[in-house]
Amino acid sequence: MTGTQTPAVVEMRGLSTVIGDHYVHRNLDLRVESGQIVGLIGGSGSGKTTLLRQILGLNRPAAGSVSLFGENLADEDPVSQRAMLRRLGMLFQGGALFSALPVFDNIAFPLRELKCLDSDWIRRLVHLKLAMVELEPGHGKLMPAELSGGMVKRVALARALALEPELLLLDEPTAGLDPDRSQSFADLLRQLQGELGLTVIMVTHDLDTLARLATHVAVLAEQRIVEFGQLAEVMAGEHPLAAAFRGGVQTQVL
Amino acid sequence: MNLSPRLQVESGKVVLTGQWTLSELLPGLKELEARLAGDDLATLPWDLSSVSRLDSAAAVLLWRTWNERWPVELVASEMQRRALERVAAMPSAEASSTLSTPGLVERVGYLVLALFDNMQGLVVLYGQMLLDLVHLVRHPSEMPWRELAANIYKAGAMALPVTALVGFLIGVTISYLSALQLRNFGADLFIVNILGVSIIRELGPVLVAVLVAGRSGSAMTAQIGVMRVTEEIDALSAMGVSRSIRVVLPKLLALTVVMPMLVLWASAIALLGGMFSALLQLGIPFPYFVENLQRAVPVANLVIGLGKGLVFGFVIAWVACHFGLRVKPNTESLSANTTRSVVTAITLVILVDAVFAIMTRNVGIPQL
Repeated sequence: MTGTQTPAVVEMRGLSTVIGDHYVHRNLDLRVESGQIVGLIGGSGSGKTTLLRQILGLNRPAAGSVSLFGENLADEDPVSQRAMLRRLGMLFQGGALFSALPVFDNIAFPLRELKCLDSDWIRRLVHLKLAMVELEPGHGKLMPAELSGGMVKRVALARALALEPELLLLDEPTAGLDPDRSQSFADLLRQLQGELGLTVIMVTHDLDTLARLATHVAVLAEQRIVEFGQLAEVMAGEHPLAAAFRGGVQTQVL
Repeated sequence: MNLSPRLQVESGKVVLTGQWTLSELLPGLKELEARLAGDDLATLPWDLSSVSRLDSAAAVLLWRTWNERWPVELVASEMQRRALERVAAMPSAEASSTLSTPGLVERVGYLVLALFDNMQGLVVLYGQMLLDLVHLVRHPSEMPWRELAANIYKAGAMALPVTALVGFLIGVTISYLSALQLRNFGADLFIVNILGVSIIRELGPVLVAVLVAGRSGSAMTAQIGVMRVTEEIDALSAMGVSRSIRVVLPKLLALTVVMPMLVLWASAIALLGGMFSALLQLGIPFPYFVENLQRAVPVANLVIGLGKGLVFGFVIAWVACHFGLRVKPNTESLSANTTRSVVTAITLVILVDAVFAIMTRNVGIPQL
């Protein structure tokens, strides 16, 4: 973040995504600034996860562009592409843990890929991340298949946080967590955001988390972002989806 | 504003500036580590007030520089102090987990145990199959016809082109090489005996078995394995559908039924290839070859060949399903079991073939 003119962390312009012969997004615009925690809401199958995949460069835009930290991911050569991807962490909906590796190695994996840190440093960092998501060091020996659904989510979050990312993409982060854990998850993200100026884009249906955490809300419907703005603003808006969410959120806020 | 993390010693005080984050540390890490380790910095007072960001990776670096003790004097913000406290709260070094490498005796022991374990699994699977068959005789409506047909199509019909190609080429090759030798002895006509007995009795069944083990055996193991990884097998059980009747039995029956037919098909094409080569090399016409084939190769050979096909088919599917059910829900186990399935199936096929050879040593040998 270079003092004066800070480029948007994520900027999508006129983005269209086509899967098969079906338009998922059509002429979609979204701009997320540094330090924002954006809740991405929308109906099932409205293309929320696909939008996250666009940011990661896993799907190619059919039209338009996606830029990360002010640069277009598709234009970069592999080396700087990797450097860009290291600045973000992704929590996949199903966790996407490496099933052949124990929890410790799953979290250590991105750190080892840097090939700069010694094993003691990595061990301490992994244990720090485990503590952050309220897991014991002993859990590091478990295999992903031995974890409960909520633990998978927390390990995946620890892995997403391993490289101290500037941008965190979360796909349904609190699905499968009990209310206490969702609360501490929200606290953790808020704390990280305060300390490190983290930017977060999260897909969520969890109104608790949305109300507690999001500074901004983007509503994805009709293949584009129909509303984007501060939480309170969007929730007061006219769109039926916002209205549907509003009922829930108001009870949370009150 | 300068981003890169810097360290200066000013009037007996260590002053840090810049962003102390992992991404900013990485480019100049070696230099920085050398500087941190160089002088006896740990004993000096530290000033972090000009550090714009401090993440946990940097906190670990500092804590290690201080030899895991707080420095005599530390100027830091509340947030930086909290980041450092979190690192300080970590146990410094865990009792290094002693991963003892097993000795030779231990390893052999594990192998023997694994062998017994697998044999037990195979016997259990066989027993389950017999129980399922009894169950199906009593409740014929539960017969999984649809799965059976699908498996016959996948393992049988889809395998026709590749078995034909390989069979034809092997027939041509054997015929060609034998013809070169036979011509030296003027024993041209014996090409019919050589091709007939070797292909129908031995090569046909074994070749097809190796192809099918690699083609269908691996597919069966992988399919059942992935169904275990994704909990589909459990979903079936939850719906009250027997996984052994719906998943395992159709594969066993289909491959057992289909293999003799594949053997017949591949042997016929191999003989065709052999005839073709014999015509070109030795000038033996087709009608003459076919007529002599009936005389030179007793029907018993065909029965033995097809019988072998039947047994090989069962063995391949049996082994494939066994290893598929042993897959643990991770990718490593899936690949290991698929490999084991193919290797074990081919080995067992060769073993069974040897048993066949001994048991049928007096049957079907043409008397001259």
